[in-house]
Amino acid sequence: MSALETNAMNQDPILKVEHLSMRFGGLMAINDLSFEARRGDITALIGPNGAGKTTVFNCVTGFYKPTMGMISMTQQSGKKFLLERMPDFEITRDAKVARTFQNIRMFSGLTVLENLLVAQHNMLMRASGYTILGLLGFAGYRRAKEQSIEIAKHWLEKANLLERADDPAGDLPYGAQRRLEIARAMCTGPEFLCLDEPAAGLNPRESLALNELLRSIRNETGTSILLIEHDMSVVMEISDHVIVLEYGQKISDGTPDEVKNDPRVIAAYLGVEDEEVEEVIEEIQEIQESDGEQGGKH
Amino acid sequence: MATTTYSTENAAGNLTARALREGFYAGLVAFGLFFLFVGLETTQNIRNELVLNQRWGLLAIFVAVAAVGRFLGVLYLQPWIASRKAARAAVVDKAAPEGFFVRNFSKIAIVALVLMPPVVVSLVGVQGSLKWVDNFGIQILIYVMLAWGLNIVVGLAGLLDLGYVAFYAVGAYSYALLSQHFGFSFWVLLPLAGILAAFWGMILGFPVLRLKGDYLAIVTLAFGEIIRLVLINWTEVTRGTFGISSIPKASVFGIWSFDVGAANNFAKVFGLPMSSAYYKIFLFYVILALALLTAYVTIRLRRMPIGRAWEALREDEIACRSLGINTVTTKLTAFATGAMFGGFAGSFFAVRQGFVSPESFVFLESAIILAIVVLGGMGSLVGIAVAATVMVGGTELLREMTFLKAIFGPDFTPELYRMLIFGLAMVIVMVWKPRGFVGSREPTAFLHERKAVSGSFTKEGHG
Repeated sequence: MSALETNAMNQDPILKVEHLSMRFGGLMAINDLSFEARRGDITALIGPNGAGKTTVFNCVTGFYKPTMGMISMTQQSGKKFLLERMPDFEITRDAKVARTFQNIRMFSGLTVLENLLVAQHNMLMRASGYTILGLLGFAGYRRAKEQSIEIAKHWLEKANLLERADDPAGDLPYGAQRRLEIARAMCTGPEFLCLDEPAAGLNPRESLALNELLRSIRNETGTSILLIEHDMSVVMEISDHVIVLEYGQKISDGTPDEVKNDPRVIAAYLGVEDEEVEEVIEEIQEIQESDGEQGGKH
Repeated sequence: MATTTYSTENAAGNLTARALREGFYAGLVAFGLFFLFVGLETTQNIRNELVLNQRWGLLAIFVAVAAVGRFLGVLYLQPWIASRKAARAAVVDKAAPEGFFVRNFSKIAIVALVLMPPVVVSLVGVQGSLKWVDNFGIQILIYVMLAWGLNIVVGLAGLLDLGYVAFYAVGAYSYALLSQHFGFSFWVLLPLAGILAAFWGMILGFPVLRLKGDYLAIVTLAFGEIIRLVLINWTEVTRGTFGISSIPKASVFGIWSFDVGAANNFAKVFGLPMSSAYYKIFLFYVILALALLTAYVTIRLRRMPIGRAWEALREDEIACRSLGINTVTTKLTAFATGAMFGGFAGSFFAVRQGFVSPESFVFLESAIILAIVVLGGMGSLVGIAVAATVMVGGTELLREMTFLKAIFGPDFTPELYRMLIFGLAMVIVMVWKPRGFVGSREPTAFLHERKAVSGSFTKEGHG
């Protein structure tokens, strides 16, 4: 089944952000932002520096409480969560939204394997009867432990880190730490994975490997992905849907090709000279009209 | 051949000349420095006049010590250190396998501790064993247990707790008060004291654990002091600074008692001469068992998800939250578990002393326990046990050094200098091994082989 067909079947949005606003003192970091991420899609969130991308992420994953707006997440089972009302750890535990960080946050003193076991904390806690049964040596916990190591092994293989499983995570090179952070997020068993600049600081070969990893995550586990990225080779290559932010507002939303040719996006990234502003605005309006016509034809 | 001997002779001559020169300069600098400080002294005489005393002899001693010290240092000490460094660099390449003793250190230590009382009794007699079993054995083991308990909070979870002694006090007073008012025995009150201390840990932890780093340290320090002040001022219950005395002794699970008048007195039953040493030996085994329980539970907990979450919390709290770990309950369990062991140790302390007063639970105790954890290497049980032995055993040893009186005069009391030596030892260890005696960390799970994690990767925690 091709990706397109899958998309056609699952048009229902997994994440729905409506009228999201986030104010820091006098600064409106996000201003009335609405977008949707469809199930099974890789959705990219791009924009110039300071556009509010990471703030959106932090609102979605509960690290910030938005000033206004609603963020709803619908699981495969149809269960619905209002993320803006949940504390951050419950968003991961119950709503099954996992995330990574722009500047990698590893447990550098724990080994690579331990990092992945920490990610399965909630499952293991339940299996160990909240530590008590596990301390007494019940078999259920031992089975869960073996299973958790199997899951960790699976993701280590995927991230190509199996050889380094017993090394401290802080000892890994940068690119491997990025992969490990994604593997660790996947060990929480998410339905929706948020990646904050996963390709930052990677060389072209590592970027390619990352694309491969993200695609296989989407295709094999059906996890939907939302990513922030500056590396256009990653964004254009793997994303199904791109949202462009500037100054906390959405300026474009569509497939990678549509976004690439959108003059608003080009203007946002490259800037416009003062004399040309009028011209560009007209051009944009024309395009919007023609977009509307095309939309009608479809 | 001739040239080599010549060159070594020449080098030796050069070295002596350099040592002489540097010794002379050191003497000159010392003279300049101490001329006004030491050589001249102003005092008031009886008519309130300033008198200038000249102390040339003392100044000469200062200058001579500096000059000779520098001379010897350059001539002998520096070449010796350099040769040792070179020798060690040559050895490191071979990566010598750990010896039998190092590999089995903890097993050997446990066996030695179990065998210690009988060996001591056979060597110095029943009455003579009191000092070694009580002053050294029990005293050190109490601190080992307290430090292992605090290790859960500071070493594993990375929460800097400066008021740990509060839980020790809660344990001690729970035993003292409940045994006096309700007549419960030690074996009933030991778990109860632990539970009460853990409960107290939760009550304190709930508001306190919202803070991080320095703020957490200050507030825990304050709570430690609050408990002590409550113990001093709540005189109807705690009898204030008088403390609670004649706390009942523990018995061997109610079978044999150590009360002098009791029919089932241990010494009477076995037809031994009356002595308090048997009670102390019994207490030694009790605290040994309690300390080993602490170690066992810590080792087991580290391999459980909760223990791993504690260590993850120490490494990065935000990452923990992003993985769905409830950091508040995780911190609380660490706080409560550490407090529980503090409570056990406290009730043992009460039964051993037979007397508790707020005097025993001052901030200095918290500081010593924390110093032991830091010196031993945060998170390492063996390192902490070694640190406790060195620190507590060392200060006890100072009491034994009566021969120092012969050198420094009869007024010299070596134990007054223990805090000075304590501080000096801390400075030396922190320079020599900034991560404590055992800086590396044992991983809790492995796929291929168990490799120790170097201390340079682990973090100390920040909240």
